Amino acid sequence: MLEIKNLHARVADEGTEILRGVDLTIEAGEVAAIMGPNGSGKSTLSYILAGRDDYEVTEGDILYNGESILEMEPDERAAAGLFLAFQYPLEIPGVATMTFLKTALNAQRKARGEAELMTPDFMRKVKAAAGELKIDAQMLKRPLNVGFSGGEKKRAEILQMALLEPKLCVMDETDSGLDIDALKIVADGVNALRSEERSFLVITHYQRLLEYIVPDTVHVLYKGRIIKSGDKNLALQLENEGYSQIIDEAA
Amino acid sequence: MSVTELRPRTPAETALVNLAEAAGADEDARRSAIEALRREGLPHRRVEAWHYTDLRALMGRRLGKDQAIEAIAAKEAGSTESVLAPLVAGSTVVDLDRSEAASAPTGVSISASDDLADWHETPNHLDRPVDTIRVVNAAFGARIAKIAVAEGTEFASPIEMRSGIGAQSHAGCSVEVGNGAKATFVERIEGGGSPAPSSGVSYLTVGDGAEVLWIIDQAKDSGAAHLGQLNVTVGADATFKLFLLNSGGGLVRYEIHAVTAGEGSEIRLRGVNLLENDQHLDVTTTLRHTYPNTTATETFRNVVTGGHGVFQGMIKVAREAQKTDAKMACNTLLLSQDGDFSAKPELEIFADDVQCGHGATAGEINADHLFYLMSRGIPAPQAKALLVKAFVDEVVEELETEDAIAEALVAKIDAWLERSH
Repeated sequence: MLEIKNLHARVADEGTEILRGVDLTIEAGEVAAIMGPNGSGKSTLSYILAGRDDYEVTEGDILYNGESILEMEPDERAAAGLFLAFQYPLEIPGVATMTFLKTALNAQRKARGEAELMTPDFMRKVKAAAGELKIDAQMLKRPLNVGFSGGEKKRAEILQMALLEPKLCVMDETDSGLDIDALKIVADGVNALRSEERSFLVITHYQRLLEYIVPDTVHVLYKGRIIKSGDKNLALQLENEGYSQIIDEAA
Repeated sequence: MSVTELRPRTPAETALVNLAEAAGADEDARRSAIEALRREGLPHRRVEAWHYTDLRALMGRRLGKDQAIEAIAAKEAGSTESVLAPLVAGSTVVDLDRSEAASAPTGVSISASDDLADWHETPNHLDRPVDTIRVVNAAFGARIAKIAVAEGTEFASPIEMRSGIGAQSHAGCSVEVGNGAKATFVERIEGGGSPAPSSGVSYLTVGDGAEVLWIIDQAKDSGAAHLGQLNVTVGADATFKLFLLNSGGGLVRYEIHAVTAGEGSEIRLRGVNLLENDQHLDVTTTLRHTYPNTTATETFRNVVTGGHGVFQGMIKVAREAQKTDAKMACNTLLLSQDGDFSAKPELEIFADDVQCGHGATAGEINADHLFYLMSRGIPAPQAKALLVKAFVDEVVEELETEDAIAEALVAKIDAWLERSH
């Protein structure tokens, strides 16, 4: 589903190289976890996948279902089935949450040549998905993410994911800022979406999240490269030993 | 010592005086206004209150040529009144030229008068001794229509005030809202393709404990000029809310001068300025706090796709006006390199126990917000439109008014946003 080939990227403004040859393949239905110390390039990778223009790809390619997405705009990538759950979801004053959800959903449907969703169908869909994530109706009446707690924002991200039904979900430190109850709700939401056709790229600092969202593969990103890959036991090893030993081995 | 500058009048000034005379100068009060206009001329950039709106130069471009005057005469002859639906459905429409309404609501009286605007003193100390907008208004013979709302009267649907929709319209009104009354007024400024300005001067007295919402809907035709002024006195424990929407016109200045007349009064000014092409839009406000324990909040949001925008906001707090709480903000979204916006906040505080603040920002669409919306599949033009709309709709929300009024304002804003994209 996703093939990242020898990806090099730098900050567009100042030229600092952040990714230095990332190779990673994710199959359909696979849950891949990326772990790594601060500054290893995890968030950058997620932004580049989503199409943020603050970064410049200097070498390599990203293939999604066999085709390069590097020239695609963020909205085109989203319509093609890519979703980024933000580490820090943005508060957008003045944009009503429901208006946003409906606009996004229908823009994607339109881009795929599907009919727009009528309001009653849309409302039903939102209500069902919100119920699963314990998001109350009052929250949806507020402007997008405005005044939401950290946990509410993360749940709202998962709600968007559930509604937009992407094929590839990139989750950037979804566990940061969550207490254990919120973490369980979010993990349940993600697990409910797992399917044979849907892949996940879960970025995290801690093994804790991976107890709830059990990955098929675990990759360690360090200084802009994947230095080790393994199964879920690699995450446990990291939890016990820290990153230093693996870094030393790779060096 | 002040030295009166003696200089020949510019062609535009002469043209304006001639136009005023041609419109009829058969009475003393009006003749003296015309005389003042002839003597003082138009303000220019060295007059502090008009620094960013050099009226002499700007009018010069419009009235400096003989053809322009002929164009006005032709326009006058051919002007027809258009039938306009009220901004808010169910409003009582008052024709200020005739001082009459279809049917005035109970507790409201509307009558004509021979009064002209008093131009001898200006509510803005940075202006000249003669108030420019009022002197133009009086020179062109605008009568001050009287509207009175009886004590304790409450009516839900707005009173919408209009004056001649034709090229040359000069109107005035004096509105008295009695103690404890509750009323909404809409000042509709439309039409007019003339190079000479139309004008409007309003006086509003908000009685003790009364609540007034005043909406100014300025949507002059492209290229038209207008000079407007609202003078407000806000009584004790009274609430005065204002919404100014500028979505048209070529050269427009609107001044709002409010003063407190008792403790506990609240002033809430909100406005949206939508600018395009070669427009010059100026909003100038002065708030005078003269009693203790009064509050004022002022927020203007501007969307600039072209032209020049100006905001001047002055807050004056008198020595006795302790515990004044006044905040002013002017935020501009610059969507094009072709436009600019000048903001000048001023605070003059003589009391020592007050909270006053001001802020002005100008910037482009927030790139993070745009990326977030696009990452959810919303194409860039649609995402930008959503963010621009959010930027201005927020100010309508802050007005905390009835749905019908908020919806009418949002619909007007939407129409402009659709048009300008």
